[in-house]
Amino acid sequence: MGELNTITVTDAVKALEARTCSSEELVRALIDAIRRRDGALGAFVAVDEAGALDQARAADRARAAGVRAPLLGVPVALKDNLNVTGQTCRCASRILEGYVAPYDATAVARLRAAGVVFLGRTNMDEFAMGSTTENSALRLTRNPLDPSCVPGGSSGGSAAAVGGNLALAALGSDTGGSIRLPAVFCGCVGLKPTYGRISRYGLVAFASSLDQIGPITKTVRDAALLNEVMSGLDPMDSTTVDRPAPSAAALDGEGLKGLRIGLPKEYFGPGLDPEVEQSVRRAVRLCEEAGATAVEISLPHTGYAIAAYYLIATAEASANLARFDGVRYGMRVAGEDPYELHCRTRAAGFGPEVKRRILLGTYVLSSGYYDAYYVSAQKVRTLIGRDFEQAFAHCDLVATPVSPTLPWKLGAKTADPLAMYLSDVFTVTSNLAGNASVALPCGLIGGLPAGIQFMAPPFAEERMLAAAHAYERARGPLGRV
Amino acid sequence: MRYRSTIGLEVHVQLDTRSKMFCACSTAYGAPPNTQVCPVCLGYPGAMPSANAEAIRLTVMAGLMLGCEIPAFSKFDRKSYFYPDMPKNYQISQYDRPLCVGGGLDVQVGGASRRIGLTRIHLEEDVAKSMHFSAASGVDFNRAGVPLMEIVTKPDIETPDEAMAFLQALKQVLLYAGVSRCDLEKGNLRCDVNCSLRPEGQAELGTKAELKNLNTFKGVYHALGYEIGRQREVLASGGRVSQETRRWDMDSGVTYPMRSKEEAHDYRYFPEPDLTEIALAREQVEAWRAALPERPQQRRERLVREYGLPEYDAGVLAADKAVGDFFEAAARLAPNAKAVSNWIMTDVLRLLSEREVPVDALPLTPEALAGLVRLVEERTINMPTAKTVFAMLVERGGDPARIVREQNLGQVSDAAALEKLVDDAIAANPKSVADYRAGKVAAAKFLVGQVMRLSKGRADPQRVGDRIEARLQKTDG
Repeated sequence: MGELNTITVTDAVKALEARTCSSEELVRALIDAIRRRDGALGAFVAVDEAGALDQARAADRARAAGVRAPLLGVPVALKDNLNVTGQTCRCASRILEGYVAPYDATAVARLRAAGVVFLGRTNMDEFAMGSTTENSALRLTRNPLDPSCVPGGSSGGSAAAVGGNLALAALGSDTGGSIRLPAVFCGCVGLKPTYGRISRYGLVAFASSLDQIGPITKTVRDAALLNEVMSGLDPMDSTTVDRPAPSAAALDGEGLKGLRIGLPKEYFGPGLDPEVEQSVRRAVRLCEEAGATAVEISLPHTGYAIAAYYLIATAEASANLARFDGVRYGMRVAGEDPYELHCRTRAAGFGPEVKRRILLGTYVLSSGYYDAYYVSAQKVRTLIGRDFEQAFAHCDLVATPVSPTLPWKLGAKTADPLAMYLSDVFTVTSNLAGNASVALPCGLIGGLPAGIQFMAPPFAEERMLAAAHAYERARGPLGRV
Repeated sequence: MRYRSTIGLEVHVQLDTRSKMFCACSTAYGAPPNTQVCPVCLGYPGAMPSANAEAIRLTVMAGLMLGCEIPAFSKFDRKSYFYPDMPKNYQISQYDRPLCVGGGLDVQVGGASRRIGLTRIHLEEDVAKSMHFSAASGVDFNRAGVPLMEIVTKPDIETPDEAMAFLQALKQVLLYAGVSRCDLEKGNLRCDVNCSLRPEGQAELGTKAELKNLNTFKGVYHALGYEIGRQREVLASGGRVSQETRRWDMDSGVTYPMRSKEEAHDYRYFPEPDLTEIALAREQVEAWRAALPERPQQRRERLVREYGLPEYDAGVLAADKAVGDFFEAAARLAPNAKAVSNWIMTDVLRLLSEREVPVDALPLTPEALAGLVRLVEERTINMPTAKTVFAMLVERGGDPARIVREQNLGQVSDAAALEKLVDDAIAANPKSVADYRAGKVAAAKFLVGQVMRLSKGRADPQRVGDRIEARLQKTDG
């Protein structure tokens, strides 16, 4: 075992159970690393040193008293859009300045019940709108693998924290790739569970029909461990489903053996960086060597996905973000009447990308445009879902690149929102279809990771994670690829 | 030129559920401001709605009572507009797939029956209550999220009287269905009104104005009266009615246009992604239909059957659920149901209309009325005394038997005592005795009155009459 801040969740659980380290020691190691390195990295927006140490000592006492819980004493970082009782929850926005959450998100409550210690809150694009974390109103986050590059987004703080060994694991949220893209950019594993798998209650909504909470970890097994604890029906979120949680133990099964892996030809076309493509194809060959069969498939409506995604996501966001008005919580800029108070507060509180999307979404839902934009986008969404259903008749999993390019330099795309939106081209389809997907690096190119994404039919996380785990083992440590 | 008015109503009804529409907060009325709130009904970041199944059931029950169709699929939508009383700045409502479609209600106006059709009934959440103080404004979110059912009529109503009759009939159906307490003072029932005028003979409807802030039935009545007059003047002077929302000001008795800021022009409806579609199984709807409570018409028939009441009495008693309930509670305890009905139809209903209160606001209980009827039936008191006791009961309440006992109001039933009074009356009125003997039978009635006076009203007039006749005839012989 290396430095305590560099170990996996799986190893931490083992070490804590074997009493070779305490939760307090783990948390101290992480706090120490954060103090030394987060000034430059910018992964966290709030570190709850005292609270985390209190929770760690409580976990150690509980263990000594014979309490058993699957993640007892394991420290986890949380994206700044998850409510935790007594903590700020800014969504990296000015508009939530001063807001202190009065309740736990369901996913947080389940981690808490499993014994998790909450280390701190990680940076993100404001309200999860962005692909680089550069839209944060709070601070700049750098890529731990190359500080001149973006960490990806919107869960860039979570990915940088895990990739930079400032957290063993972190939660993110994924609306169009916001877990998977930064996870790969920072050399981590990112899991977006099936829509409805993990309760969204307490996750500050961006686009309700697309959002899912998921883990960013160092290994597939760690992702499976956190996912298992968080999954399940929640009466507070009507869109959750009553299905048994995917078991992390399924990772020890057959893996890739006998699986048919579909390669959608639309994901390997123009726009994909040839080096990234090469890396992904090499990963697929590794899967074949491990017993899988690769088949070419077609997801014919992929070309419409980005347009449909940005219509639906902005439409929902325009309503979801209406509540930030300065009346009940957060920032308030006074006005002569409620209307002026609303206008001034929102003008001062939201950043430019959030404003752009609220305006877009308001337009999309306006009378006279609703049918042309929102309804058409929903039709495309249905077709994309059908594409996957038909594809999964011919294969067990779909494998694709994660980002069409390697991580880019800080500031390279901030002036061109459309170019930024296109970085989500391979990830938004999984949100539109509501299926499960997991992303992990498949190779380093000039020190920067390219990523492979496995997608599975809804609720087939066990199959998907077992395959990703088998691939991860076949791949070996990233540095040697 | 003569004009015809066309009126449509949108009635908002708070449902009688224990918890709010999308969270577990209490709906109890009158708690201190902002004490019945949670992250969901305050629109906190990350909070999500979950639909109240009882509210859905009550809305469907109302729909079934009103003859609506219940579609197999229904859904919630977001209706966006910014206002401080709206925690999320969108209201969860239903746009194109309401829970109930069609239906109607028969109302009696001026002796004729008319059917007012319904367009739909949908379910939504109530907004908070804005409060304005001298230096600032406040918002009480206790009401935010209370289940609200919106009943939309077709433009089938033609006069303010019909509007009033519809609202009263609707209130009774809702009370019978048990879906709302329909307490207007607590804002359980609120009304928006659409009203337009067109020249007699013209088929096409005129431009309508929407009237808001109508919180009482009388408000609806008077606002419509004013608005019809206003539109008539506009049209008669060659002007055009502009399509606008107007606010009724109760104090000045006029409607005036709302500022454009108060008017939302585009609600940007779209399906609520936080809630799943409502799929009501046919069997579920049929089970609810089978469990529908009694309707006013059914109760009329039952009152005739079970209590032997005349049709007329049954109709009056069943028209108001609370009055009907009061009657049945009393009649079950009383020896004579018709006597109970008589008391209610005359004295009780007169009092209710004088005081403008519902029957359960009277200190008089059904038990007390039944006791009063029993005292009369058993001849413990006579009718005039009963009226006196009734007057006490409706002022202070209490047990009639005890009042009679304590105030010594019981009839003089002791034969010797009665005989003495008769003696006294005869002795004191020789002229009447002579008149009677001269053939003036009416003179006996005077003597009876004298005995009643001597008994301070406590003698049984019939027995007194018998005794007087007997005595006069005896002496005669």
